[in-house]
Amino acid sequence: MNHLPLIIKREYLTKVKNKSFIVMTFLSPIIMIGLASLVAYLSQINNDKERTILVLDESNVVQDVFKNEDHVTYNILENMSLKDAEELAKQSESYGLLYIDKLTDIDSISGQIKFLSEESPSLSVISNLEAKIDKKIEYLKLQKKGVDVKMIDAAKTNVSILQETFKGEKTSKTDSVVKLVFGGLAGYLLFMFIIIYGNMIMRSVIEEKTSRIIEVIISSVKPIQLMLGKIIGTSLAGITQFVAWLLIGGVLLFVISTVFGFDVGQMQSANQEMMHSAMNNSEMTMQIHDLLTSFYHLPITNLIIAFILFFIGGYLLYSSLYAAIGAAVDNETDTQQFIFPILMPLMLAVYVGFFTVIEDPHGTVSTVFSFIPFTSPIVMLMRIPFGVPLWQQIVSLLILLGTFMLTVWFAAKIYRVGILMYGKKPTYKEIIKWIKY
Amino acid sequence: MSNILEVQNVSKNFGSFTALNSVSIAVPKGSIFGLLGPNGAGKTTLIRVINQITMPDSGHVILDGEPLNPMHIKDIGYLPEERGLYKSMKVGEQALYLAQLKGLSHKEAKKRLKYWFDRLEIGDWWNKKIQELSKGMAQKIQFVVTVLHEPKLLIFDEPFSGFDPINANLIKDEILKLRDDGATVIFSTHRMESVEELCDEITLIHKSNKILEGTLIDIKKQFKTNTFEIGIDTKQHLILEKELSEKFEVSPANFKSLGDELKLNVKLSESDNPNDLLSYLCNYGMVSHFVELIPSVNDIFIQSVKNN
Repeated sequence: MNHLPLIIKREYLTKVKNKSFIVMTFLSPIIMIGLASLVAYLSQINNDKERTILVLDESNVVQDVFKNEDHVTYNILENMSLKDAEELAKQSESYGLLYIDKLTDIDSISGQIKFLSEESPSLSVISNLEAKIDKKIEYLKLQKKGVDVKMIDAAKTNVSILQETFKGEKTSKTDSVVKLVFGGLAGYLLFMFIIIYGNMIMRSVIEEKTSRIIEVIISSVKPIQLMLGKIIGTSLAGITQFVAWLLIGGVLLFVISTVFGFDVGQMQSANQEMMHSAMNNSEMTMQIHDLLTSFYHLPITNLIIAFILFFIGGYLLYSSLYAAIGAAVDNETDTQQFIFPILMPLMLAVYVGFFTVIEDPHGTVSTVFSFIPFTSPIVMLMRIPFGVPLWQQIVSLLILLGTFMLTVWFAAKIYRVGILMYGKKPTYKEIIKWIKY
Repeated sequence: MSNILEVQNVSKNFGSFTALNSVSIAVPKGSIFGLLGPNGAGKTTLIRVINQITMPDSGHVILDGEPLNPMHIKDIGYLPEERGLYKSMKVGEQALYLAQLKGLSHKEAKKRLKYWFDRLEIGDWWNKKIQELSKGMAQKIQFVVTVLHEPKLLIFDEPFSGFDPINANLIKDEILKLRDDGATVIFSTHRMESVEELCDEITLIHKSNKILEGTLIDIKKQFKTNTFEIGIDTKQHLILEKELSEKFEVSPANFKSLGDELKLNVKLSESDNPNDLLSYLCNYGMVSHFVELIPSVNDIFIQSVKNN
């Protein structure tokens, strides 16, 4: 008798009707969006703050680069000792004091510049100052060697390499960023999904054990059916929750950005500030047009199909392990020692994804990890936006599928024995013995 | 009478531990069959084999003439000793779910549940959650769920635990009624008085082996010692006791009575006729008590387990 649909239905309904599930479904996006808006709002306040920087340039060669900007005012001090300048900075509540020592030799100037302030200055302020001084000193050095600065300015070019694949697809740096975002998002989504809903499956198995209903159920259905039903039912509940989050989040985001009139998407945290200024320096301004064409350059169909297949494969692989853990133990506190080995490859996949795929999507490390079944779903999902040959995707999927079947078989064995074991916390040795029963 | 269930030489090992060692049982159709044994004897493993939860290493199980197969799940109703229900699910939903797992349609399950809930006067629990019910109440629901699909074979493991005497009686009567309606019951318990009361046949399992089987009456005959418990109101206590102990094995008896009569256990040999003893006693005074000592299941259990 096939009871799978019945079990899936029960698992799904009990999850979805659960009060804490409902509360989390509605509360999470509200909290997330609320926090994001708060951060955005705060960083906006931060950026809007007017800063005054005092400049004491005893070398008298650099100061002319400090011209007032949007939120920064430079006050050039003259004929003042460093002590007096510091005093003045404190009294006038300036953001800080930039001090450039008397110049003996232009080559040694870099060690003679200080920034004094009440608190540690923001990274962006310092890098902004450094960039200005760098450029000036470069000019000065060139001048000293007798080069005409005007000629240098005239010779400045801005090269932007047009990227094109052999097949004739045009790509750009914006493309890479968009690909990165898509791949990263897909991989990270899978990672979160496995952790959240894998745990949910595990808890639901433990619940059946602690409530002692398991033997009643197991006399009617095969353990593997029960396990698969649990996994599928919980996943469906998970997908429901995810979709609800996206919808609620989308609506909230729209409401907030129209009501409060700022774009949450453009919030800047401290290190984004740095990236942002770096991008500005390389004159890489992202334009809407660029973004749109980047979307077209994404292998959309491939991305969607691969996302669905790898997502399902990866999720099922891990969730069957979670189910086996749930079956092996009596309560949640005993699960730690078994969860750790599961989290390891997951974390590894995310790190490999974020560090090597970004650097070189088709390098040896990324390629190898996109074939290893426990890391392949995440790493492959991150690689696919950069274009992965179809044969690689298929081989990786087949390996994943094979491992999945092996894992389910293995998990079902543990599950079958484990659900009827009570009282003691099993060791790895015992669990391996169960497989032979 | 044909057998509804035949377990033939079933063995099961868990690693180096032997849970069942070539155990065979035969359960006649329409009987109440007692499956007895000390803790850890292998009863639960045997029941799980019958329920296809555990696969035997060797041996066969024949249910109603056919080798056990997945289609038989709906023919068996099993109330495990370790039992429970989903705590946060409503009683009605849960009972429906479990009934559907046994192959009943939603509609049929609902109809039968209504019948049973009314019958056990628990109809107003339908929308309650299990965690709101007491243990005994939950047990009642488990009982209903076990019998709802009208299986041919019912397996009850400690069905009375958690019940007060009134409800235990209620469930006992229901079990007897199910038997009368044609079901066969396998009954596993440590409460020997209910075995005494209900079982037609028993099997005793000890340390993975079957050590005793048969109808309750045959087993009792096998274990009886021809001992009679006598009480006699006489003035010649010492003479009588002396004379009796010359002819028979005599030991002091221990039963309650109102007078201060002489109380003795007298063991007759195979050839002795109890009537002779009685008429002999009559010469000495008024016989107030004359009973053959029939071994209780409890005694048989303890004796068999100790001897093995």
